[in-house]
Amino acid sequence: MVTSTAALEIRSLCKTYQNGVKALHDIDLKVEEGEFFGLLGPNGAGKSTVIGILSSLVNKTSGTAKVFGVDIDKNFAQAKSFIGVVPQEFNFNIFETPWQILINQAGYYGIPRHVATKRASSYLTQMGLWEKRNNRSAELSGGMKRRLMIARGLVHHPRLLILDEPTAGVDIEIRRSMWNFLQKKNQDGTTIILTTHYLEEAESLCRNVAIIDEGHLIENTSMRSLLRKIDTEIFILDLEQPIKEFPKNTGLAIRLLDEYTVEVAVDRTQNLNFLYEQLSDKNIHVRSMRNKANRLEQLFINLVSQSKESGVTIE
Amino acid sequence: MNSREQLITFATIVTKEFIRFMRIWQQTLLPPAITTCLYFVIFGNLIGPRIGQMDGFNYIDFIVPGLILMQVITGSYSNVVSSFFGAKFQHSLEEMLVSPTPNYVILLGYITGGVARGVIVGLIVTVVSLFFSNLHIHNLGVLISVVTLTAFLFSLGGFTNAVFAKSFDDISIIPNFVLTPLTYLGGIFYSIQLLPELWQTVSLVNPILYMINAFRFGFLGISDISLPSSYLIIGIFIAALFVINLRLLNHGYGVRQ
Repeated sequence: MVTSTAALEIRSLCKTYQNGVKALHDIDLKVEEGEFFGLLGPNGAGKSTVIGILSSLVNKTSGTAKVFGVDIDKNFAQAKSFIGVVPQEFNFNIFETPWQILINQAGYYGIPRHVATKRASSYLTQMGLWEKRNNRSAELSGGMKRRLMIARGLVHHPRLLILDEPTAGVDIEIRRSMWNFLQKKNQDGTTIILTTHYLEEAESLCRNVAIIDEGHLIENTSMRSLLRKIDTEIFILDLEQPIKEFPKNTGLAIRLLDEYTVEVAVDRTQNLNFLYEQLSDKNIHVRSMRNKANRLEQLFINLVSQSKESGVTIE
Repeated sequence: MNSREQLITFATIVTKEFIRFMRIWQQTLLPPAITTCLYFVIFGNLIGPRIGQMDGFNYIDFIVPGLILMQVITGSYSNVVSSFFGAKFQHSLEEMLVSPTPNYVILLGYITGGVARGVIVGLIVTVVSLFFSNLHIHNLGVLISVVTLTAFLFSLGGFTNAVFAKSFDDISIIPNFVLTPLTYLGGIFYSIQLLPELWQTVSLVNPILYMINAFRFGFLGISDISLPSSYLIIGIFIAALFVINLRLLNHGYGVRQ
């Protein structure tokens, strides 16, 4: 029987900082090899603490963590060699060039110079930074700095790539190209853990997701299961013809925003066919339709609010 | 990490450090040359002739070893303290910490960078001193070993300072209030034989006295301190500081939360 080793397995992970703040409470988490995993949570939830512990920048208080079966307490060096980290804050030497940064990073992993130069060339090209390779990093734009951090995190070919808000402050075009790049890395076999504030990003990229709030794991499931928990979705409909009043007794929760725009709440017992049938019956034609807010965003807010109200974890 | 990979990592850190201080040579290599020129002009040419001879040598020849070593001490210390603290401050140190690099390789890499700067500064100041004095070498082996070990020792000192430092002010306190006074009182400008007996004894507590005297022996063949005592003191301080720094790194003091 063939058994696969999880890319990451965390058990009862706790962290209390020296100032007494309990950042993590008994976190259990398993990320299978090859996954694109989303680690979500509001600011200060503990996501970066988890990443800090895995990358050895934060000392854990208790619990265990294994990376591809290697216990960080037993052989942290080997565990770290499997991980590539792209932190939230820019943390490279701004006086060094992108080329130097990648070559040095490869060197820290014991990669010979001739291999490092090939990889640096490849990643700088893929990230659109080749022309800037000899500029001081301080001169790069915000988007370029983000891409440089991703290139640096990949230069030693990690099996597990951890991205902490990799697209923060990046324009939509670059964000999309980064998504494509990361999806390709994932398809090539790199396990990816992503933390992000852009829930649309998590929804597009991640197959499985965990939500942390105030150091507690409040959800750990597949994206599909998570989205099934959405009770109601609110759509905005742009109409072809103006209407003065929306017909009553449609069985839908409808609000007229202006004569061309309607807001419709569709719960999970209804479907969009039902909505369109109702609209066609009333001779109302829809030009376009969109979600009022990202559906995952609303669910995320609901889950975090529930967790805060109950004061207990929701498993 | 196998030993070959560790060697690559070590070379990476040393190269990075070397490029860093060479890139800012106006701040790292030029000032010691200018400062030493001023010392030679003032203490050597203007005041020196009035002092006459010391331990059988012209005053300017007597102070050359101490002046060279003073710049070696300052150069090696400030290289490591500013580089390591700078990396801490802008978090680029995390590049190394998240990698599998063993802590002793990180420590040795920074220290070697400090030694490199110290030795290069020493060479520059030695060349400058040739314009002002007649240098002759009594024992080249002693000169090379003392300058390397002293640079190693003060690089370790700079590393300790950087680990504890929380602001840029903290990295200048030790050089200003500890290192400079100890260096001046370490016998650069005088032989401790000139001091009253009490102060001769007090001077023996100053470790820099041992280094300067050993270095002076390498040049002039004279010393207030026996050579084995000097090597012993330097060795004890290196061993102690190496262990302290390694323990600090292993505990993550100042670098991990």
